[in-house]
Amino acid sequence: MVATFEPKTDYKVVGTRPIRHDGYDKVTGRAVYGADMKLPGLIWAVCVRSPHAHAKIKSIDTSAAEASTGVFAVITGSDMPKAQSKLVDLGEGNINFKWASNKLMADDKVLYKGHPVAAVAAADRYAAEEAARKVVVEYEVLPSVTNVVDALAEDAPILLDDLVGDDLGKDVNNTNMAAHERHEFGDVEGAMKTAAHTIEREYNMQMVHQGYIEPHNATATWDEENRVKVWTSTQGAFTARTQIAGILQIPISSVKVTPLEIGGGFGGKIPVYFEPLAALLSKKSGRPVKMVMERTAVFETTGPTPGARMIIKLGADANGKLVAATADIWFEAGANPGAFIDPAAQCVYAPYEIPNTRIDGWDVLVNKPKVAPYRAPGSPQVAFAMETAVDELCEQAGWDSMQFRIDNASKEGTRRGDGVLFSKIGMQEVLEAATASDHWNSPVGEAPAGKKRGRGIANGYWFNIGLKSSANLSLNSDGTVQLTEGSTDIGGSRTSMAMHVAEVLGIGAHDVRPTVGDTESIGYTDVTGGSRTTYATGYACWIAANNLVEELKKRVAILWDIDENDVDFNDGVFSSKSEQKKTISFKDLAGKLEDLGGPANSTGSVDLESAGDGFGMHIADVEIDLKTGKTDIVRYTTIHDVGTAIHPSYVEGQMQGGAVQGIGWALNEEYFMTDEGSMANSSFLDYRMPTSLDLPKIETVIVEVPNPLHPYGVRGVGETPICPPIPAIANAIKDAVGVRLYKTPMNAGSIVDALK
Amino acid sequence: MTTSSPSKVHVTTTINGQEHELLVPPYMSLLDTLRELIGLTGTKEGCLDGNCGACTVSVNGRIVDSCLVLGPEVDGKTVDTVEGMATTDGLHPLQQAFLEEAALQCGICTPGFLVAAKGLLDNEPSPSEGRIRHWLAGNLCRCTGYDKIVRAVQKASS
Repeated sequence: MVATFEPKTDYKVVGTRPIRHDGYDKVTGRAVYGADMKLPGLIWAVCVRSPHAHAKIKSIDTSAAEASTGVFAVITGSDMPKAQSKLVDLGEGNINFKWASNKLMADDKVLYKGHPVAAVAAADRYAAEEAARKVVVEYEVLPSVTNVVDALAEDAPILLDDLVGDDLGKDVNNTNMAAHERHEFGDVEGAMKTAAHTIEREYNMQMVHQGYIEPHNATATWDEENRVKVWTSTQGAFTARTQIAGILQIPISSVKVTPLEIGGGFGGKIPVYFEPLAALLSKKSGRPVKMVMERTAVFETTGPTPGARMIIKLGADANGKLVAATADIWFEAGANPGAFIDPAAQCVYAPYEIPNTRIDGWDVLVNKPKVAPYRAPGSPQVAFAMETAVDELCEQAGWDSMQFRIDNASKEGTRRGDGVLFSKIGMQEVLEAATASDHWNSPVGEAPAGKKRGRGIANGYWFNIGLKSSANLSLNSDGTVQLTEGSTDIGGSRTSMAMHVAEVLGIGAHDVRPTVGDTESIGYTDVTGGSRTTYATGYACWIAANNLVEELKKRVAILWDIDENDVDFNDGVFSSKSEQKKTISFKDLAGKLEDLGGPANSTGSVDLESAGDGFGMHIADVEIDLKTGKTDIVRYTTIHDVGTAIHPSYVEGQMQGGAVQGIGWALNEEYFMTDEGSMANSSFLDYRMPTSLDLPKIETVIVEVPNPLHPYGVRGVGETPICPPIPAIANAIKDAVGVRLYKTPMNAGSIVDALK
Repeated sequence: MTTSSPSKVHVTTTINGQEHELLVPPYMSLLDTLRELIGLTGTKEGCLDGNCGACTVSVNGRIVDSCLVLGPEVDGKTVDTVEGMATTDGLHPLQQAFLEEAALQCGICTPGFLVAAKGLLDNEPSPSEGRIRHWLAGNLCRCTGYDKIVRAVQKASS
């Protein structure tokens, strides 16, 4: 039985904007991030990486590297434990230990450029780099594939000889297709035939990277009792532990992961890269080993989001109601399976009620880095296809695209493309807020000579997830509370957790001191991902706080010598139900615990199957230089149903940050691949992410349709905001200059080409 | 370029007001000099090729990417990092504004932004929004979309 909650409005702490607890350390440089880790006797390690996208390793000679000055240890694929083929759920995507291990260090074959083939540990980073250059690797270069069409061709080079593809339940050998799945409801073909208006279009997107500013890092010791201790920047200490133990083939209880401050992740710091390698090098050298990834390797070997080929067909009746839709979605998985075709299917039609739908998704291997989750993995891609197809359908039929979105909006009871029925959702409320917004009701304005302006809108959706979280509380004698929770804090979540506790206990947000625990100081907690943290870990904090109240009621009962069922608690004050005048504040009680049974502690944990769906709409005004094709964003508004905003500043921050990542994806960002399968733009100079100069202020409209599954109504806000920008900008470009682009990035060159 | 090759360089430099005498390998960046030799890890590494600004420090009052400067180059010069911004009187107005405006999410770019923004406000106390956006374009932030960073700098300017 899932608990449900009535919405409240009379909050004291929820909805306020306290300064984040970890802020002071972060603005003064004191906060310790992964790469800041120091240990006595620490040595550095670097990887030797493949220059080829696909090649057999004929030989590796490490002797010169081992003899190099200051070198302590060298490892190659032969030092990696033979991990089992075992699929493990990491909350946002799965891993198979065997492939995960092979991804970190190639065995007999490299599968993407930059694939590690050896790692060298030495006295310092410079000595390690010097020695790494002395590792001699002989390769037999193989033909490579870097897009889904080539990868599925009959004569395509095969990446994984032992891969058995799953084609709608049938096993397929000798293939790059890891999976093909289908979701079909209603009479799609019949309904499409009755449609008054149809549209069918193909869309293509290049891989893009999460682009976190902090490179991957890890520091590890393998000690005399065969225990592995790891300090790292990770989105989940426990899922990092699962991966490290699985890859090293040791029990999880032999691994302790301490999550240090993390400099961005967006999903990309859920997989581990260096942690097992640093541990193996520590075992071999007897020293603590630190690794920090160079930026080129971050691009070439870690977590891009899938490139995509998509064909969407929509049918609507004469009254402007959608009657049928089909989507064929091919996603690039990179070198191992796992291209997020499931979430793509869950998201593609979600903003709309469509009675007859089919989705086919293919998970396809290519010689590029294995994809990692990136903020609503799979959803921005299908949003680009769906939301621009909707606009084009409206254009063709002469309908207003905002009214069409309102008329076809999904609501409670609507069936999602994968069959799930929506509970209480806020799509309609988002559209109401959008049409009422200042931006929507303001003219797009005149462009200067030689430029044109246009406006575009688009919906976005992410389902948000629940999963497992833990929280512990201890009451101090001065009435403050220590909170230990398991969610690594990537954007201010510690404070939202403290606010959950403070609201229950009737104390201030700064009366709660939150700490992110390591894997030996807090119970299991899933990743900071899936927009689950405030929802699920906040829920665990709420339970822990209520359990603390129950514990304290017992102490009040001792104090007043009454039955504990006679004790009430409201707004930070305990009272006797029978004797109304008898009261004691939470703080006063805290000072008396010594004589009332000693320390008061509590715990809370959750394992939540469902979460609250997150819908949003963005409005984008662009100004395009007709000569150069350069697009400027001149006004931008984000409208999202977040359920309840615990700390509105950080909710706005998620909306703004997600929007800007989407703007970068729309206009500039891509993995620009050479014919040899090498990324030609693997630096921040060439992989052009948005700067402050590229953007206006990002306006935010927070819509609050409380989620009945959370005590304060939280849905989650981290991911949906990256979904609308790409189609909103594509639609704005069409409005401005009259051309439609079906590929990302929609950069200056492609606009100039389209205008020819 | 090995640890045994060219001899280390004798460097005397003033960092956050304190004089340091160091032996720096000739190939070592100012970033590593600060982080590895002095232990000032507030200055962050993001890309090591001068394109993200996470390692921004001030040398003789001019902001630089410390990954593109060699340690020996600051001999006789003054270096200011994020660790030197707050005093015993409290946070620098920029630091306070960053907290109040929620101008950081993960915080890895924050030291670089603070040092860069201080470099602006020290010379131009009341910059326009456009000037702030232009000045900070050398510092990448991937979390915030810059909105709250720009607002914080505006708040801290007089």
